[in-house]
Formats: sequence, structure tokens, C-alpha cells
Amino acid sequence: MLNALWLIPAAPFAGFVVNGLFGKRAGKGFVTAVALLASLAAAVFGTVAIFQYHALSPHGERYVDVVYTWFNSGNVGADVAFQLDPLSVVMLLVVTWVSFIIHVYSVGYMREDDGYYRYFAFLNLFLAEMLVLVLGSSYLLMFVGWEGVGLCSYLLIGFYYKTDYAPAAGTKAFVVNRIGDYGFLVAMFLMFAYFGTSDFARVSQIAGGGGIPPWLLTAMCLLLFLGATGKSAQIPLYIWLPDAMAGPTPVSALIHAATMVTAGVYMVARSNVLYRLSPDAMMVVAVVGGLTALFAATIALRQWDIKKVLAYSTISQLGFMFIGVGVGAFSAGIFHLVTHSFFKACLFLGSGSVIHAMSGEQDMRSMGGLKGKIPTTYMTFAIATFAIAGFPPAAGFFSKDEILAAAFTTPYFPAVGKFVWLLGTLAAFCTAFYMYRLLYLTFFGKFRGTHEQEHHLHESPAWMTVPLWILAGLSLIGGFIGIPQVLGFLPTNLLEHWLAPVIPEVAGAHHLIEIAPSAEWTVMIISTLVALAGWFVARSLYKEKQLASDAAFEQRAPGVAHAIENKWYVDEMYGATVVRPLERTSVFFWRIVDAIIDGIAAMLGYIVAGIGDLLRFFQTGNVRNYALMLFMGVVVFIWIFV
Amino acid sequence: MPLLSTIVWLPVIAAVVLAVFPRSAANAIKGTGLVVSLATFVISLGILPRFTDAPGFQLVELHPWIPQWGINYGLGVDGISLWLVLLTTLLTPVVLLAGWNSIKKHPKEYVISFLIMEAAMIGFFLATDLVLLYVFFELTLIPMYLVIGVWGGANRIYAAIKFFLFTMAGSLLMLLGIIYLGFSYVHQSPVGILSFAITDLYGVSLTPRVASLLFFAFSLAFAIKVPLFPLHTWLPDAHVEAPTGGSIILAGVMLKMGTYGFLRLVMPLFPDASHKYAHLLLTLSVIGIIYGALVAWVQPDMKKLVAYSSVSHLGFCVMGIFALTQTSIEGSILQMVNHGISTGALFLMVGVIYERRHTRLLADYGGLATAMPVYATLFVISMLSSVGLPGLNGFVGEFLILSGTFKTYPVYAVIAATGVILAAIYLLWLIQKVFYGPVTNEENTKVRDIAWNEIAAMVPLIIMMVWIGVYPNTFLKRMSPSVNELISVVKQEKQIHVMVTENGGGTLNREPSPRASGEKVAEGRMRGDASVNQQGGGR
Repeated sequence: MLNALWLIPAAPFAGFVVNGLFGKRAGKGFVTAVALLASLAAAVFGTVAIFQYHALSPHGERYVDVVYTWFNSGNVGADVAFQLDPLSVVMLLVVTWVSFIIHVYSVGYMREDDGYYRYFAFLNLFLAEMLVLVLGSSYLLMFVGWEGVGLCSYLLIGFYYKTDYAPAAGTKAFVVNRIGDYGFLVAMFLMFAYFGTSDFARVSQIAGGGGIPPWLLTAMCLLLFLGATGKSAQIPLYIWLPDAMAGPTPVSALIHAATMVTAGVYMVARSNVLYRLSPDAMMVVAVVGGLTALFAATIALRQWDIKKVLAYSTISQLGFMFIGVGVGAFSAGIFHLVTHSFFKACLFLGSGSVIHAMSGEQDMRSMGGLKGKIPTTYMTFAIATFAIAGFPPAAGFFSKDEILAAAFTTPYFPAVGKFVWLLGTLAAFCTAFYMYRLLYLTFFGKFRGTHEQEHHLHESPAWMTVPLWILAGLSLIGGFIGIPQVLGFLPTNLLEHWLAPVIPEVAGAHHLIEIAPSAEWTVMIISTLVALAGWFVARSLYKEKQLASDAAFEQRAPGVAHAIENKWYVDEMYGATVVRPLERTSVFFWRIVDAIIDGIAAMLGYIVAGIGDLLRFFQTGNVRNYALMLFMGVVVFIWIFV
Repeated sequence: MPLLSTIVWLPVIAAVVLAVFPRSAANAIKGTGLVVSLATFVISLGILPRFTDAPGFQLVELHPWIPQWGINYGLGVDGISLWLVLLTTLLTPVVLLAGWNSIKKHPKEYVISFLIMEAAMIGFFLATDLVLLYVFFELTLIPMYLVIGVWGGANRIYAAIKFFLFTMAGSLLMLLGIIYLGFSYVHQSPVGILSFAITDLYGVSLTPRVASLLFFAFSLAFAIKVPLFPLHTWLPDAHVEAPTGGSIILAGVMLKMGTYGFLRLVMPLFPDASHKYAHLLLTLSVIGIIYGALVAWVQPDMKKLVAYSSVSHLGFCVMGIFALTQTSIEGSILQMVNHGISTGALFLMVGVIYERRHTRLLADYGGLATAMPVYATLFVISMLSSVGLPGLNGFVGEFLILSGTFKTYPVYAVIAATGVILAAIYLLWLIQKVFYGPVTNEENTKVRDIAWNEIAAMVPLIIMMVWIGVYPNTFLKRMSPSVNELISVVKQEKQIHVMVTENGGGTLNREPSPRASGEKVAEGRMRGDASVNQQGGGR
């Protein structure tokens, strides 16, 4: 398996081709079989390859499988080559298995849909591209997967293409991501111009070798991070992700929560040598992460669409991951990436199960009291909520705590680190609050929907509930791969040790972050208290009173309430400052500038025509004569001289 | 018959034969045209096994044509022209196939026009003699003028005249330049004879003033052809009025005559001026990239949208040429081919829907994906190729151009790269408006999906998109030596090595270049162009 790593992305790609070409006629049974087999094959191949890899290089050396030279022109180019190293291993496991679980769930969720074959073809294609992203051995190849997952995201957001909003949301996602990709592209131009390569190991080696001007490293890091803010929905490019909820819910779970949107975090962790040599860039990452974590969390406080809450929550949690990698705790960022993929996938799939039960309704104002009607969904959802809120010993507790502790003690920028820690801690309070608000509004109180909806309420089939249980279980125990030293009752920091080879010693840069036990305890206790506070406030406001609390807040502070509901008017601001001026400029170019050019051309034509009799053809517009003469001229010319 | 002459003259012979066909035999005429163009394509593929990865013209044919004036009939292919020739021979059958059912008016003249046009375009790319090249350059104008003027839309006469005048205005000055160059050679050549062989003229030394004037004379001709901002305004009109086939050839091949002209003539003939005015050309290219993309975005007419997108894409090609790095020029040549394929496909697709609904306004569409799923899929693939999705052709070309340009002119590259964002905006907008959303016009539910001949025309284009995207080395490998050679000529780093195969054998290394420095290469054992002129001329 190890010498054919390309088979891992190739398997789901084959599924895409088969289902894309024949799925429509072959029927749902065939489509299901092909899609599940293809994604399972990727997971099994991947896992086998990981065991072989671990046997071959127990100390985490990188293994590369070169397939062929993609292109090479004047030292710009790359091999199509896939690699395994400890970081790729973690990503590979998460991507393939979570993806397989969501494929299974989708069989139940999409059963009734006309576009069944199209859905699974795109989902398989997504998996293939995501695997290229995490297995590619160079930035250029990573970019192939990066754009590929963006395409699938576009196609799947716009899956319900007959609606108005879904295609618009897809276009918005693609375009906003392209702004980020621009940064990624320019970063690669820098790499090729100054390093002559985009291979991960070579770039790290050259950068780590010293003698690279700091501005170059900072520019590369910031440009790459611009790419990350697009893909991973951070300020200022986060605006596409909430709209992306127009896609089918399993897509939101897989692409817009568990895998694709974490690609930016993976990229920063992958580039840790570059970043560690540029503390300025790291600070930008950490601060943007912190601000995004808090900002998005505030918007989630007052949304009624169940998926919108989860979308803003995802943006906020991605912010936590960037705090982690930004303050230099790369393994902590990846740790949170892993645990988040469990509990957020569980939450999204749970919300899908709710929406399924509610016959497509997504507004929490029409829900309420679902606890008894869909008990499995409720149980798993409650577990995942417990995990994301950060209560011990669930997964979110360990990973979020490690990030906040690292921010608190970061050696790169201690003062800013404390500020980022504060942002994160406030965001953690909001997280507990909005998640429990969601839980209480959805599952507690009285049912507020229509009579018809109530009649149809039903628990989802096993295709959907089994994945929920698996993910809920992982949300509970997934944190044990990163138990901090101070709680040493089990093997500690497993993930950090596993990832250590990916974060090499570099001259002039900090290595792993040492967290003093006292700081660790302080941060841990504060986070737990903050989460408890968030839960407590939400419980007292929503468990009994339900929507009345939201209404009361609106009465007390209507301005703030409306601003939050309208997402702080950021979309409107972008529209007024970027989109519409650009559109007006374009129209101006077309209507005015082009007309002026045509006018000048016509004027030149008349001047020329006025000068010479010969050129009067232009004025009369009798070009056919002219063409004829030219042609005759050529003929005569040939006839005379040949 | 020699290979290169065969692919130039086969379509012409067929056109002459077709002229005597009765008008009523429309299917026989179309069939013959298709078969001949396919045969031309197959024969042109014969270049590949004979092509060696070496710089300089290969498969050279050289015959005196007007010996008194030193004008030869000279054909040759190198890594720069190779793929453009194959692009031409590929697109011509595609065009004839795509227009199979839609051309009802004068099918005979239509097919003849395209065959003549094919021959002229191939001749232009293959000509090694400047006068011959010019004749072919002008010869492409007439059939295209007719195609727009006869089979075009409502405003076709205006568009045809505008097309003709713009292009003609530029090329007249170039003709003067060509004559001047030929006479300059007389004074500098060792034997005092006229020559218009391109490689001879590469060696002509000019005073800076004259070089600048000639640079602008040639550049104007090619900048209009490309078209480079601000000389682009003829293009949207020509495209909107041209029939589908005309648009495909116009965008697919004819615009590349401009970029090819810069590469083959302007850069190596006037290296100092090219260097001196590089900033001007780069600036115009970058403006064109952004301007074209922005204007494309606000077009209500699909064809105009694609036409303006060509202005943007060709801007990349010119930028890559003037950045003068191995990477950027290889990217440029590849992108010429890519643009021919992607934009050709887009025009083909727009033509399909126009034929069914007789409107090209975005506002008249919406929700087409339901009625035409196959069509929608093919359109989206073409769009992705044009947008530069990695894995398809456009990405490789754009990436090479931009990263190559970044090495010499980082500021231009960084600004131009925003075109990548804008391309996504206008093309995704197009897709969203045409294919998605609720159906607002009842007619859009009854549109017939894509037909067999249209699929058949699309398949080779899609194969090429994937091939170039996944394995571009097939193409880059063969252009690399010629590009390398070209750069050294322009940078005047070393002697010009021109491999000329004459009268069926022998190679010649010649060094008449007055400004060339470095060691002498004297291993040639055959006579050069000059002796041919003398033999034939007997002056």
C-alpha cells in the first residue's frame, strides 16, 4: 500500500467517475454501493498504509511516493507525489473515517432526493480532493486539493440548484475562497522565486537553514494565512461559511465542519518552520484566530436557524484552532481540529436528524420539546454539546484547554498571548451559552411547530443514528489522546508526542511550548468555571422561558439585538465598500471607456480618410472592394513573379 | 509532398474542389469539408513523431518564390509554432462539426471560407519567410470578414468592417516595416542580397530610433490582433455578430496570431526595443487582464462576456512573453493553446443554446440545468477549465505565466494574479444566471439537450483540457528548447544556431548576425538562403 499511496485518493475518485457517468441510470442501490465502497476503500487503504508506514519509520520520518512529474518549466513545477508523516497520518485518519461515517449517514438523509447520484458523486470527489490536500507532498500539490475541495464545496452548497439562495451561496463561497487562494498563489510565487521549490521538506529545510530575510518569511506566512482565512473562514473572509449552510446538512457536517474548513489549520501546522521563524506572522494568526473566535461566537448567541448557530460556532472553533497554531502550540491546534471534527460532525448530523424529523424546518422558533420525540438524536446531541462546551472529561475540554493554556504562556509574544487567551476565554463562555441555548430551544419546552410537523415527527433510521452514536462516543473519549501532564492518570500528551517529528528544532526559533503546571491549573479551572457559567446562564434563560428570553433581550436592547441578528452588518458593509463600487467601476469601463476608445478610433479613421483619396474606402465603408483589391493584388503579385 | 506543405495546401485544394460542387449538395459539401479537415488534423499529427526536441525550425521546406526580391516559400516548425498548428487543425473540424445543423445559409461558401482560413492560419504559423508570413496574415482576414459579414447576426456589416479596419490599419504599418527590414539586410549581409527569412532578419542591426519605430509598427499590428488594451474594442462586436464557428476560430486561433507575432517577430527582431518598452507592454497586458475581467462581469450578453474574458486571458499571454523567462514564455504558449480550447469550448456552448433559444441574454435564462443536464455539465467543465481549476489545462498555463513573471517583474505578476479572482467572479456568475435558480421563462423547460454533433465537437476539447491539466509535460517538453533558444536570441547571449534542412537533407549552422558575439560556428556544410536567392535570381 505504501508504494501506491495514490490509490487512497484514486479510490473515491473512481467512485466519482462511475457514479457521475452511470449513476443516473443505474439506480440508488448501485450508487450507494459504489459510493460507500469507494469511501470505505480510501479509509481501509489509508489505515493499512499508516500501519506500514509506522513499521517502516517508527520515528516519524517522512515517506514520499512519487507518481510522476506533473510539470517542470524553468524550475517551476512539482511532482505528483504523496507523502506520509505524523501530521498527514492524523489528517488521513480523520478525513477518511469521518468521511465514511458521513457517507453512511447520507444514505439515510438523502434517500428521497432526486439528485441522489449527483450528491454521492460530488461527495466522493470531495473525499478524493481532500486526500490530495492532506497527502500532497508540496504546496503546489496541496493547492490542487485545496482548489478541488473548493470546487466540491461550491457544487454541494449549490446542490439544491433550483432555489435562488443555494447557487448564490455556492458562488459566494467560491469567489471568497478565491480571494484567499490569491494569497496562497502569491506565496507559492515567492517560494519558487526564492527557494526554487514548493516541496514541504525542501521549503522547511531552506527556511530553517538560516540566512533568509525576515520580510520574505513574514510575507510567505501572511500570504499563506490569507489563503487559510478563506478556506477556514476567518476574519475577514469568513462570510461565505454561514451562507454555505444552504447545502445538504451532511455536507455541512463533512465539508463545512469536520474536514475542508480545517485545511487552513493544517496548512499553518504544516508550515510551522516558516511561522516559527516569523513571530510577527504568528501573532497575526493568533490575534485573528482570537478575534474570530469571539466575534463569531457573539453572532451565534442570537440566531434561530439551527444550522446558522452551528455555522458560526464552527467559525469560532476554527478561531480556537488558529489561536493554537498561532501561539506556537501546533499540536494543540491539530488536537482541537481532531476533537472538533468529532463533536461538530455529531452536532451537524444531529441537526440534520432534527431537520429530517421536522420535515425540513430549520428555525428553532418552530421547534421545542423534541427531547421525547427523537430521543437518540437528543442523547447524542446533548453529549456533543457537553463536549463542545468544554466540560471535563469530554474531548473539547482537553483540546480547548491546551490551546488556552498555550496562549496564556506563549514565549513568542507573552503580552499579546494573554490578550488572545482572554478573547478565547470569553469565546468559551459564549460557546457554552449558545450551545445550551440551542439545546434548550430545540429539545426542551413545548413544541412550537405546525400540527402537521408534529404529526410527522419521527426518529431517524439506523443509517443516521448509528453514525450519531459513533461520533458522540468519539466526542466523549476523543480527548484522551491529549491529556495534559498535570492530570497524569493515563498516558499523557499522546498526540503531541506523535506529532513531535513534524515540528523540528530550528535555529533561532522556539521549539515546543513548555506549560508550567501552575499556569495549566489556572487556565483549566478558569475555563471550566467559564463553561459552567455559560451553561448556567443559558439554562436559567431558556430551559423554562424558551423564546421569551430572546424577546425580553430585544426589548431591553433593540439595537444590539438587531445588530447581532444581522451578523453585525458585515455582509452589507462588504457590499457597500467592495462589491458595488467594483460593479460601478466595471460598468464605467464598459459604457464610458470603451466608447471613448471607439470614438478615438473612428476619429482617426475620418482624419485618415480626409487626407488621402486612396483611403476614402474607409469612409464609404466599402471594404469589400478593398478586400478584393488586396486579394487581386496578391494574385497578380504571384502571377508576375513566380 | 512534404508534410508541412501538405497541411497548408490540402484545405485549399479541397476548397477549390468544393467550389465546383452543386449548391444543393449541402451534406456532401459539409461532409467533404469535415473529412478534409479531419484528414488535415491526422496528417498534422504526423509532425509529432518527426519532431525532435531541438531548437530551430524543423521539417523545413525552402523554395525560391520571388528570387529577384529574395522572397522564399519557406515553411518550418519549431516548439513555438508546433502546438498552435495542431490547435488550428484540431479546431477546424470541431467548428465544421458544431455548425453542421446550424448553418443553413450558403453552406458551400461557409465550408470553403473555413478551409481557406485554416490554410492561411497554418501558413502563418509555419512561415519562415516574413513576406510569406505577411501574405498568410492578411489572407486570414478575408474569409473571416466574410464569415462575420455573411453568416453573422443583425449588426454583422458594422462588426465585419470594424474587424477589417482595425486589423488592416495595424498591418499596413507592419508591411512597411517588413520592407524596411529586408532592405536593411541588404546592406548588412556579406553578399549584399535581399532576404526576408525570419532568422536572417534576427541578425539585422538597427539604430535605436529605427528599431523603436519598427517595434511599434509590428507591435501595433499584433496588439490589435491579440487584442491588447486599449485596442480591444473591435473584439466584442466581432464576436457578438460572428456565427459560432467564426467566434471559435477567431478566439481560438486568430487572436494567437497576435501573441505568436510578438513571440516570433517582435521580441527577437527588436530585442533592445522590446526590453526598453517592456514596461509599456506589461502595463497594457495587466490593465487588459483586469479591465477585460471587470467588463466581462457586467455584460448582459453571454457572448460579449466570453469575448471580454478573452481580452483578460490574452493579457496573461502577452505578459508572459514580455516577462521573458523560460517559465513565463512556456506558460504563455501553453496558455495560447489553453485559451483556444477553453474559450473555443465556451463559444461552442453559447452557440448551442443560441441556436435553440435565439437569445444570448443572461436575463432570458435561468434553471437550464434541469432541462439540459448534459449540456450544463459540459458547460461547467469548460468554465472550470477557463477559470483555471488545477487538474484542468488553464491552471498550468496561468501558474507558469504568473510565477515566471514574478521572477522578473513581481509587481506585475502580483497585480495580474487578481485576474484569477475576477475570472471566478464573471464565469460563476454566468453559470449561476444561466443554469441555476428557479425557471423564470417557460421556454427554458422545453429546450432540447445537446445533440450528437455538438457532443462530438466537445469531446476532443474536454480530452485536451484534462490532458494538459494532468500531464502538461507532453506539451512543455517539446516547446522548451525553442523557448530557450528564443530567450538567448532576445537576450543576445550567444550565437544564433539555426538548423535548416534544405532540399531534403543536411543541416546548416549559420552566423551572419552582425551583433552576435561568441565563437564562430562553422560546421555547416550546406548552402544558406542567400545562395538559393542567387541561384534562382540570376541578377
